[in-house]
Amino acid sequence: MTLTEILFYTFSAVLIVAAVGVITARNPVHAALFLVLAFCNSAVLWLLMEAEFLAIVLVLVYVGAVMVLFLFVVMMLDINIAQMREGFTRYAPLGIIVALLVIAEIASVVWVKRLGLEEAAPAVFAAGPDYSNTRALGELLYSKYLYPFELAAMLLLLAIVAAITLTMRRRRGAKQQDVAAQVAVRPQDRVRLVKMQPEK
Amino acid sequence: MIPLEFVLMLAGLLFALSVAGIFLNRKNVILLLMCIELMLLAVNFNFVAFARQLGDLNGQIYVFFIMTVAAAESAIGLAILVVLFREKKSINVEELDEMKG
Repeated sequence: MTLTEILFYTFSAVLIVAAVGVITARNPVHAALFLVLAFCNSAVLWLLMEAEFLAIVLVLVYVGAVMVLFLFVVMMLDINIAQMREGFTRYAPLGIIVALLVIAEIASVVWVKRLGLEEAAPAVFAAGPDYSNTRALGELLYSKYLYPFELAAMLLLLAIVAAITLTMRRRRGAKQQDVAAQVAVRPQDRVRLVKMQPEK
Repeated sequence: MIPLEFVLMLAGLLFALSVAGIFLNRKNVILLLMCIELMLLAVNFNFVAFARQLGDLNGQIYVFFIMTVAAAESAIGLAILVVLFREKKSINVEELDEMKG
């Protein structure tokens, strides 16, 4: 067993434990932190699977941005945990049965049908020492996938606008600028020139 | 070297766990969103594994786009959640019955 395999199996085990923690944690903050653990473990696994750029993006975007957003929202909302846990045990058997079904389906596809990939494909493509995953991805992204890439940028802009307009509210009594009124001001309304005798 | 079957089973296990999570936490919208994130992660695992097995980077590009969409989805989802909580002081799925659907 090589070091890569030992690392892979160890981090996979931690990933599964973290996923179980996400779905069974009593407190939503703990669930969010378990999800952070799961994402960090997945980043390590992706590094071992030679997807270096995506692993870093997973840590930066998911752990750094999305999960922080989740934590903010979880801590901002005052959630009644006991009420939320009602029906947890009632639906547990159904959930476990569905999960076992999904696992059985995937196992049947992977182990029984064997996919036929071993014969069809080269085992693993060997990367040279000066191979850069980021560079290769970038070359593909900015040539073949240029339009999808720009659509993704538009989608993110849309998400920004939607999130801001959804959560924006006018507070009563807040002092705000009225730009139109400021622009419409004329000097003759504001300044009054008074003729007066010079003082002696 | 890591066998492809193992990675696919790992992703399948992760997906099954998040499906079970949706059944278990069916009242809490935040946990439902987290389970959806976990599902997308499991799908991304498949793309990364096949990209490595076939030596084809297109799979990794797809992971890139899935992550973009997932980030946008969670941002808008959480924004809706915040507005919902402001209106109803609760995020219980069972209390969202105003539209009688």
